Amino acid sequence: MSLLYYFQWFEQSAIGDTIRNSMWLFPFIEAFHLVGLGVTAGAVLVVDLRLLGFGLRDHPISQLAKDAQPWLLGSLTMMFASGIPLFISEATKCYYSFAFWVKMTSLFLVLVFTFTIRRRVTMMDELEAVSKGKITAFVSLALWFGVAWGGRWIGFS
Amino acid sequence: MSLLDFMRSFAESSWSIGLHESRYGYPLVESVHVWALCLFFGLAVIFDLRLLGWTMKTVPVSDLARRLMPWTAAGFVLMVISGSLLFSAIPLRSYQNIFFRVKMVMLALAGMNVWIFHSNVYRRVAAWDRDSAPPMAARIAGALSLVLWVCIIFSGRMIAYNWFDCDHQPQPAIINYLTSCVPTESEY
Repeated sequence: MSLLYYFQWFEQSAIGDTIRNSMWLFPFIEAFHLVGLGVTAGAVLVVDLRLLGFGLRDHPISQLAKDAQPWLLGSLTMMFASGIPLFISEATKCYYSFAFWVKMTSLFLVLVFTFTIRRRVTMMDELEAVSKGKITAFVSLALWFGVAWGGRWIGFS
Repeated sequence: MSLLDFMRSFAESSWSIGLHESRYGYPLVESVHVWALCLFFGLAVIFDLRLLGWTMKTVPVSDLARRLMPWTAAGFVLMVISGSLLFSAIPLRSYQNIFFRVKMVMLALAGMNVWIFHSNVYRRVAAWDRDSAPPMAARIAGALSLVLWVCIIFSGRMIAYNWFDCDHQPQPAIINYLTSCVPTESEY
């Protein structure tokens, strides 16, 4: 069975049908998704800006990362809970959308990066974290940029 | 010339039509609006959560304000510029869009909230800067800001799905009243 077959199967599921047949469900889930995106951005930026040498420069990186962590996890949960139904409702369109695949690739990479390398860097002692901070923040922001760009452009294809 | 007439002629300008129909221009401006939202709303959320005492409890509130404000302000400026461009691409329909109007009202309320916060409780910030749970007035300001901005995002997203478009009559009289829509004239 090809991937397209599964995507079509998703789209024809009860969830997909319900969202497509509703006038307001898709926009509302989308707005929810946007709020989640904003909170994720805040939780990421407050740490990444610090890693770049901006923002809360007087505070230890490890403490900021620890404080931001629950909000990052919470908002990511919100993004998945809203993003998956949005995808299901138009899975076939997504299959043929270049922007969708850019988004999924960036998302996969950024999640792996965030919970392995970035996590380790933010837990290092301050001097070491600062020396590796710039490149870490740059990779993180570039990948998130790809996620947000791809996400917005799914709607234009 | 009424505001409605102005929007009508603005909608027919070559700038407006050009941006609206551009293949990449309009989507690009919309993307910038979303990125700016991440910068502005994301960092505003962190600050509001700190006011509520829900995150960054060891960071003094004035530190957050001082260090994050330039980024938040930059995000806000980008949002206003990209938002104005989006409006200029679809001026008449946006002007008569109930969600756009609700969004503008809530933006004004959010602005008032910031002004009240800065002219009152924030003036005494030295007294509660390091408190893990700031005073009630600050917590209310943080909560109001969060609620208003979530509503602004919701109404902003709904602008594109306007179910009460002036061109789609009949609409309830109250909607036409609130959107300055005069159905008999709607032949544009």
